[in-house]
Amino acid sequence: MLLGKSLVEISKLIEKKDISNKEVIDYFLKRIDKYDKKLNAYLTVNRYYKSDNFYKMILPIAVKDNFCTQGIKTTASSKVLKNFIPPYESTVTKRLIDASFFILGKTNMDAWAHGSSTETSDFGPTKNPWDLLCSAGGSSGGSAAVVSSYLAPAAIGSETAGSIRQPAAWSGVIGLKPTYGRVSRYGLIAMASSFDCPGPLTLTTEDTAFILKIIAGKDKFDATTTPNEVPDYVASLKKKKQFIIGVTDEYLNGVDEEINKSFYQLVKILEKLGHQIKKIKLLSPKYSISVYTIIQRAEVSSNLARYDGIRYGNNRTFFGSEAKRRIMLGTYVLSYGYYDAYYKKAQKVRTLIIEDFKKVFKEVDIILAPTTPIAALKLGEFDKYPFFGEIMDVLNEPAAIAGICAISFPFGLTKKGNLPIGLQLMGRWFEEENILNLTYQIEKETDFLGVIKKGVKKYPD
Amino acid sequence: MNDDYKPVIGLEIHIELKTSSKMFCQCSSSYFAKPPNTQVCPVCLGMPGALPVPNKKAIEWTILIGKSLNCRINSFSKFDRKHYFYPDLPKGYQISQYDDPIAVDGWLEIANKESIINQSTKKIFRIRRVHLEEDTGKLIHSQNGTLIDFNRSGVPLVEIVTEPDFDNSEDVKKFLEELQVLIRYLDVSDADMEKGTMRMEPNISIISQKSKVKEQKLPNYKVEVKNINSFRFVKQAIDYEIKRQIEILKEGKAPIQETRGFDEKKGITYSQRKKEEAADYRYFPEPDIPPLVFSQGYVNSIKLPELPLAKIKKYISLGIRFEEAFILTRNKNLADYFENISSKFKIKIPNLNLKIENVDQIIANYIVNKKIDSNLPVNEFINKLIENLKPKEVDKKLLEEIIIKVLKNNQKAVLDYKKGKLNAIMFLVGQVMKEMKGKVEAKIVKEEVEKKLKNIN
Repeated sequence: MLLGKSLVEISKLIEKKDISNKEVIDYFLKRIDKYDKKLNAYLTVNRYYKSDNFYKMILPIAVKDNFCTQGIKTTASSKVLKNFIPPYESTVTKRLIDASFFILGKTNMDAWAHGSSTETSDFGPTKNPWDLLCSAGGSSGGSAAVVSSYLAPAAIGSETAGSIRQPAAWSGVIGLKPTYGRVSRYGLIAMASSFDCPGPLTLTTEDTAFILKIIAGKDKFDATTTPNEVPDYVASLKKKKQFIIGVTDEYLNGVDEEINKSFYQLVKILEKLGHQIKKIKLLSPKYSISVYTIIQRAEVSSNLARYDGIRYGNNRTFFGSEAKRRIMLGTYVLSYGYYDAYYKKAQKVRTLIIEDFKKVFKEVDIILAPTTPIAALKLGEFDKYPFFGEIMDVLNEPAAIAGICAISFPFGLTKKGNLPIGLQLMGRWFEEENILNLTYQIEKETDFLGVIKKGVKKYPD
Repeated sequence: MNDDYKPVIGLEIHIELKTSSKMFCQCSSSYFAKPPNTQVCPVCLGMPGALPVPNKKAIEWTILIGKSLNCRINSFSKFDRKHYFYPDLPKGYQISQYDDPIAVDGWLEIANKESIINQSTKKIFRIRRVHLEEDTGKLIHSQNGTLIDFNRSGVPLVEIVTEPDFDNSEDVKKFLEELQVLIRYLDVSDADMEKGTMRMEPNISIISQKSKVKEQKLPNYKVEVKNINSFRFVKQAIDYEIKRQIEILKEGKAPIQETRGFDEKKGITYSQRKKEEAADYRYFPEPDIPPLVFSQGYVNSIKLPELPLAKIKKYISLGIRFEEAFILTRNKNLADYFENISSKFKIKIPNLNLKIENVDQIIANYIVNKKIDSNLPVNEFINKLIENLKPKEVDKKLLEEIIIKVLKNNQKAVLDYKKGKLNAIMFLVGQVMKEMKGKVEAKIVKEEVEKKLKNIN
């Protein structure tokens, strides 16, 4: 009865008293018991659900393990924080709890969000629900996998550059990276502070809009959040808006043929829906790799300085090799005499990339591109590339650097491996409404070619 | 001091602001004498995921300090992360300001008598920068090990850096005293050296004049002295350092760049950290806090009170002597008290039938020399003042009796006077005053004694 139901659908069932909160939560706990050993998507399952008020609305959600949850262990998948139980609640989880959500559990991720496969997790990788030999993607791989296999109806992830969109693409779900500053980072264990964005991973566009409305908005605990009003993202889905959509070869070079095929298939559908497709010129995403790598490593080396062995029990020897590499590189680019050559220069190029997007967004409303150059890779591939994450996220980095909003959704499967293909829409700063609106139109027109439903059905009750 | 060697001294001064909350969180910033780790939250403990939100009041007060030091307020400023490891620094970095401090290029004039009268002898010391940062926690060393108290962690701290304009410890001491008075006028900090709400580190080096090079550059080393907690010790530490460094130079050696501590019991400095161990702080802009942009209108809206030096000048123009003016202006409450009395008293004068000149000097004198308790409410002080200034009612009969008695008992003085030793009268006046127990003015006594003496043949 519940299998594959969206959050909004579940809430209607509870409202109509067709099902109780307890039944809903027990249902997911049962599924977790049945399938999570195989997938390794949860690090902590929260079994302490109590409700005296039987029909008070309570909706389950999974949360990436880098959001501080008061009283629930939060490790960021690192042994350094193996036993850390936060004394405070992150703003995102607080807003969810205040809106009657129940945190089902904390999901696996790359340690400190360093990676694109969850293979840097100190607690083992998360398997791709579509193919257990493949990676679910990362760093929010656990969050993507629990939604894809329906071990939670929705999940919260976080993205620095691709960490929501890439696992969403690989695991065949919807993933939204909001505009930087749209959603509070307070309580999100920092990876690279000037990029980090919390966002939802869901089965439907409506659920994404529903969750975003709850978690977005100015937070007095995060000085980088903006006071911009939070629109009713759910209500505005239904307006049939027409957009000018930009496409560029720069985002198709080197991309798998099957993915590009899906891309052109969607272009045709968008034209059929009455949208205008326009060729644009954007800076090559390859520049973004350098800029992103330098600034992100610098911020990482600074953000991880607090885990100095004095608090939290485990000292620096508990850092995995990826974290160590990033700390060293970040320390280097900030060192006296190298700062100007690396960090400062990277900031200048970052400004150029922002300007580039500003220019393009004068011509078009939305940019369409593939989310990843290839579909999910086999676990173990990570070891072959020192900058694996950066390469897998090449198409995600420009939006992250510019801080614009972007959404990835599944669009077809590869013939080779029967794995989900992800495409993405990038929108102007604080125009989540537009990219959600277009995603909703695509969903209504194509049902994302049935990918999400096929995924859920692989995990029957 | 040896003329061949000239000390070059610059100062770094830290002022802890007394804002009600900390620099980047809502915790109370008053940590003094509070039980350890009771004024803390995820932000000032540097917990995973916690973020700093800057305190607007602290920024405003830093601008105020900058303005009081005649600085230029940068229209663009930002916070930076300064990285170093220390157990009392929970984030592994301190949020500070690096290349865009709030205020730059100012100066402070030290009040002294000569300069007020003669502008050319003005003592001015340049301020390089004023920036805002957060304080650290405190280590408490005990027999059972070292404990950390984070109550002080995140308390707003203003750092003031001077140019190396000082060449002696006395000027440094006077500068610090002037700065302390100034900060207290602004009411932004207790600026108490002993409590640590004002801390200072002098940088000391010596230029050897022997080289006879015309344009003397700054020496290529400097010695920073830490842990000084009184003005007296500042002077001691600097004097000790100057002597120590000159001795090294005299031996033909070069002092090394280092950080030294001050041992107040022995009155000496000792080496703490050498240059080779100097940290690379890896500064970069704090990504958690958007840059600060100050409009001219905002900066203008932050108003300075009348500052001590301006007050001294004003008081002197009112006819008050420098000495009294200086003492009155050392404490804003006292200056306010004086001004309050002065204005209220002046309104009353026309109805008092008093002949007084230079009212302000008289009031100043009464306050400074504690002739009337300045803890009294203003009105009570004025009442006492009026009482003191009123001509005293003289018991003429008693006075005459006493004069006759005194003249009778001091025949020799009377005789001397008659012989032309006019000064002898003062002795007689003194004797009468003594007998009258001060209930009469000396001027009146003198007149009466003269009259009586004339009548004696």
